[in-house]
Amino acid sequence: MVSYIFRRLLIAIPTILILIVASFFLIHFAPGGPFTSERPLPPAVLANIEARYGLDQPLWKQLWDYLTNIVLHFDFGPSFKFKDRDVNDIIAQGFPISLTYGSLAFLAASIVGIALGVTAAIRHNSWIDYTAVSMGIGAQALPNFIMGPILILVFTLWLGWLPGGGWNGGQWPYLIMPVIALSTSYMGNIARLTRSSMLEVLNSNFIRTARAKGLPTRAVIWRHAMKPTLLPVVSYLGPVFVYVLTGSVFVDMYFSTGGLGQAYVGSALTRDYAVLLGVTILYGTLTVVVNLLTDLAYAWFDPKIRY
Amino acid sequence: MKHMTHLAVATLLSTTMLTGAAIAASHVPEGVTLADDQTFTYRVLDEHSSVDPQVVEDVTGAEIVRDLFEGLMNQNEDGKLVPGVATGFEASEDKMTYTFTLREDAKWSNGDPVTAGDFVYAWRRAADPALASPYQWFIELMSLENAGEIIAGEMEPSELGVTAVDDYTLEVRLTSPLPYFPQMTTHATTFPAPQSVIEEHGDEWTKPENIVSNGAYVLTEHLPNERSTRERNEMYWDNENTIIDKVVALVINDENVALTRYLAGELDRTDIPAGQYPQLKEEYPEEATSFPRLCNYYYTFNVSDSGPEAFQDVNVRRALAMAVDRNIITEKVMQGGQPPAYTFTPAAVAGFEPPTLPWTEMSQAERDQMAKDLLAEAGYGPDNPLEFEMVYNTSEAHEKVAVALSQLWKSKLGVQATLANMEWKVFLEERGNQNFELARGAWCGDYNEASTFLDLLDSDSGYNDGKFSNERVDELLEQAKTSDDTTPLYTEVEEILYEEMPVIPIYHYAGVYMLDTDLGNWPVDNVEQNWYSKNLYKIAE
Amino acid sequence: MVFGSSQRAAAIADDVTDQIPVRGRSLLKDAQIRFVQNKAAMASVVVLGLIILFVIIGPLFAQWSNEEIDWDRMGNIATEGMPSLANGHYFGLDELGRDLYSRVIQATRTSLLVGLIGALTALIIGTTYGLVAGYTGGRVDSAMMRFVDILLAIPLTLVIILLLVIAGRSFFMLFVSLGAVGWLTMSRIVRAQTLSLKTREFIEAARAAGVSEVTIMIRHILPNLIGVVIVYASLLVPEMILTESFISFLGLGISEPYTSLGKLISEGAGTMAYGTTWQLLYPLFFYVAIIITMFFIGDGLRDALDPKDR
Repeated sequence: MVSYIFRRLLIAIPTILILIVASFFLIHFAPGGPFTSERPLPPAVLANIEARYGLDQPLWKQLWDYLTNIVLHFDFGPSFKFKDRDVNDIIAQGFPISLTYGSLAFLAASIVGIALGVTAAIRHNSWIDYTAVSMGIGAQALPNFIMGPILILVFTLWLGWLPGGGWNGGQWPYLIMPVIALSTSYMGNIARLTRSSMLEVLNSNFIRTARAKGLPTRAVIWRHAMKPTLLPVVSYLGPVFVYVLTGSVFVDMYFSTGGLGQAYVGSALTRDYAVLLGVTILYGTLTVVVNLLTDLAYAWFDPKIRY
Repeated sequence: MKHMTHLAVATLLSTTMLTGAAIAASHVPEGVTLADDQTFTYRVLDEHSSVDPQVVEDVTGAEIVRDLFEGLMNQNEDGKLVPGVATGFEASEDKMTYTFTLREDAKWSNGDPVTAGDFVYAWRRAADPALASPYQWFIELMSLENAGEIIAGEMEPSELGVTAVDDYTLEVRLTSPLPYFPQMTTHATTFPAPQSVIEEHGDEWTKPENIVSNGAYVLTEHLPNERSTRERNEMYWDNENTIIDKVVALVINDENVALTRYLAGELDRTDIPAGQYPQLKEEYPEEATSFPRLCNYYYTFNVSDSGPEAFQDVNVRRALAMAVDRNIITEKVMQGGQPPAYTFTPAAVAGFEPPTLPWTEMSQAERDQMAKDLLAEAGYGPDNPLEFEMVYNTSEAHEKVAVALSQLWKSKLGVQATLANMEWKVFLEERGNQNFELARGAWCGDYNEASTFLDLLDSDSGYNDGKFSNERVDELLEQAKTSDDTTPLYTEVEEILYEEMPVIPIYHYAGVYMLDTDLGNWPVDNVEQNWYSKNLYKIAE
Repeated sequence: MVFGSSQRAAAIADDVTDQIPVRGRSLLKDAQIRFVQNKAAMASVVVLGLIILFVIIGPLFAQWSNEEIDWDRMGNIATEGMPSLANGHYFGLDELGRDLYSRVIQATRTSLLVGLIGALTALIIGTTYGLVAGYTGGRVDSAMMRFVDILLAIPLTLVIILLLVIAGRSFFMLFVSLGAVGWLTMSRIVRAQTLSLKTREFIEAARAAGVSEVTIMIRHILPNLIGVVIVYASLLVPEMILTESFISFLGLGISEPYTSLGKLISEGAGTMAYGTTWQLLYPLFFYVAIIITMFFIGDGLRDALDPKDR
């Protein structure tokens, strides 16, 4: 097991390296540079700026400097757009925010989704089942970016219960709407997945045997049915965890949370190369790590899998 | 973008003549009761790029910098020049040397006096290739001695044409006579910088915990993409007359969400989305506000060799311009009180008399008829329809205008215009390289004078994306630089533009805002919208 | 974001794959019967059919085209632009005074095409890639799959934005960029399936009989992949539509006068506070209907092709 983890981590290094190189060239191919503006800069000024950020160097040299700075100083360079901050600053400021509401949304989606799915499966074909299924499908089918304006309209303007945006160090009134907006569609998916998985498990022979033995339903479900039920759910949760962190641009935009999602999309649109690369590396690494964790969790849930 | 009507203030004044707690600040009319909580909260579209005066390049950042730092001169509510750190200036007869006298009571927020040396340091810093400020061009525009050479790296920054004669006397030497030089010192790039602080903290000096500033406010909090807060600077020389204690800028990307939050009472000022002004004006007559701004909105033909052949024909260009029903665009699409544009230069520009051109006198039906005739003359008609592509950058408002234009042309002239929207940076790249047929353009004046707009159509201008070139226009613009009476010159330029139609003027911008009725003294008459929080105040409700 | 469910689809498809190859032709017949018996899936097919029918014959009843502006009513949308049979704007007007009925039809067509063509692109690339990797095996296989792993680690948002920015926007690029991100998981599924197939007796038999490798891939392995591929593709369709709406939200969707459901919804959500809720509700209805029917059809196909819990 330990050697398996070690091997996986070893493979991760070249993966991330290639990821950096690929993203580096991809972003440099995009038309327009960080200093293309409506008011074209005089050539002398542009030359000074490019010299300052090393953009006058050949591409391979820029890439090399970039990589050495990361390896030697863990320095991801300055932001081209936000002149008062560097990439390390931007990530240090935005990532904890994304991580906080992302994790909460992830937890909310998992807990509510699984509970909803399990309940629906146990009460198969009852009104509870139908309600849960329709809620799950409805939540999943709504594009999540319309949740933002709707929530603000209802909770801030009409009811006046919650502040319309901001982060304020993550106090709970500021957290509620981002978490709801982000978690709904995943919640629906998890609920549907759990339900069908649970139904399948409940119909399987070993559960029938357990029931036949006279075990109370609750015990059957908790002790025997839960683990196999969650198996397919876990493989779905891994990528979701990464996505709630990376795909949260609409939360940042609607709720002014200051998270990394918006900084990321913004950096792609403004060609802020350093920020874009820095966050890509962060997300790429996260993906690799989460995939590893998912596989390990998978092994725990399914004793048939051995590494 | 941002402000409140005098009308609204006046109504409030009449109802709040009660308690006489009003502070005797110069800009608060008598009888106004000030609110206990003097916090001004406004919405900004995007995170500011910087609060370093020499580095800042965006409007949002400049608004913050104007509160944090104070330059030689300020603008008042009407955009007129008033003393800042300088109490006055003298110009030499040839307008090549300016001498500013600085007030002796100006202080940095750490208690140090503001001296002429701080300005010298700041201006050299702005020109220094090592700082690589995107606003180096502004120093060049100011025509300071040796500016160009310093920027090109051929001279040391210390050779810039600015000297501290003593602590309170600043001498500026120019390479050409600039009558409007003092106006330029209201620009953020020219604000002083605290040398000792910058040298101590380096790039970190603008962080709230490090920054030292000389304006009415100090930066106390910055949460990127969320908000920034500035609070009263007790050391400011005119602190006594400053009323707003705290200014909060909230970053809200979506203008509809911002409006919802405004209506929920979280903001004192926000932008009104295109098309919503009339309805809001009806519902909140004292809060919905619109006033002219110093910007134009146009479409430019590519008349260079890479452009379509059709646009080489002046009749085609004129036909398309004639057929645009500007009232539809301003009254039914934008609906924010934007003036329709028949000249390139906005009427709001100081000292600019919009000339009476033939088409301003015509009815739209006459224009349409003329457009049809012109297009037929150019050889286009039902058998040979004119087709071209028009590009604009991605934005809901631009898209609406583009769709309306293409439909106007289609329904009136049978012209087939294909719409292509592009992401901003791609758009700039393509337009700058003449890879377009018809492209959207807009320009906001750098200063309040017609040349800031008309220079765009100079043959040599770096911003002339359509590559229009007319010798007479170039000649007139050159003359205008040194002329005492520019009106006939600009009139002739506009007349040539009407005849040649290298661009289709569509409308001129308006500032369209929701301004809370308890916010006093918003400078609606400052067309450049250079506002200072120290001149605002909050009225008790 | 939305592609999160790929992993789930992979898991589901994995289940299916165990069953298919051994069963041969009769399986598809069985599956068909089982699918027809699935009420939710059949109802969904009917609803989807109605939507498609609406897209096809709807324009016959339209009194306005999708780009025409109703000049008399534009500018007063909130008061005059509501749905009305009398003035021919059955679904009302959009913010600019264009007929929402025609625009919804055109948008629905776009979104369906995006879903289908996007899924088809992913399917073709993914199947070919996975088949080649799996069948070739060895170093080529691991190199090819490592490449997929790397691509999977690049955030989706970046890929989509950069593709659309670099290549400019058009229907074609939209399909390509959607396909480009959708094929990765598909290729992994197909590869895994191919790996297990190629050791089967009937393949060895074919090889022994001297059939060329390419022919084996096309004639013997490919037909056995159809079950997995269909199931996964049906799950991809709603994902594609969801992703397109995310692209529209970022402002990188298709150009006017064409529109998509995602774009209409995004516009409608922006203006819903100003008394024009129909601008949100009509496109949202069609959008949700398509997504839900596609879910049920996907589930139905999976159940039909995976008889394990009957």
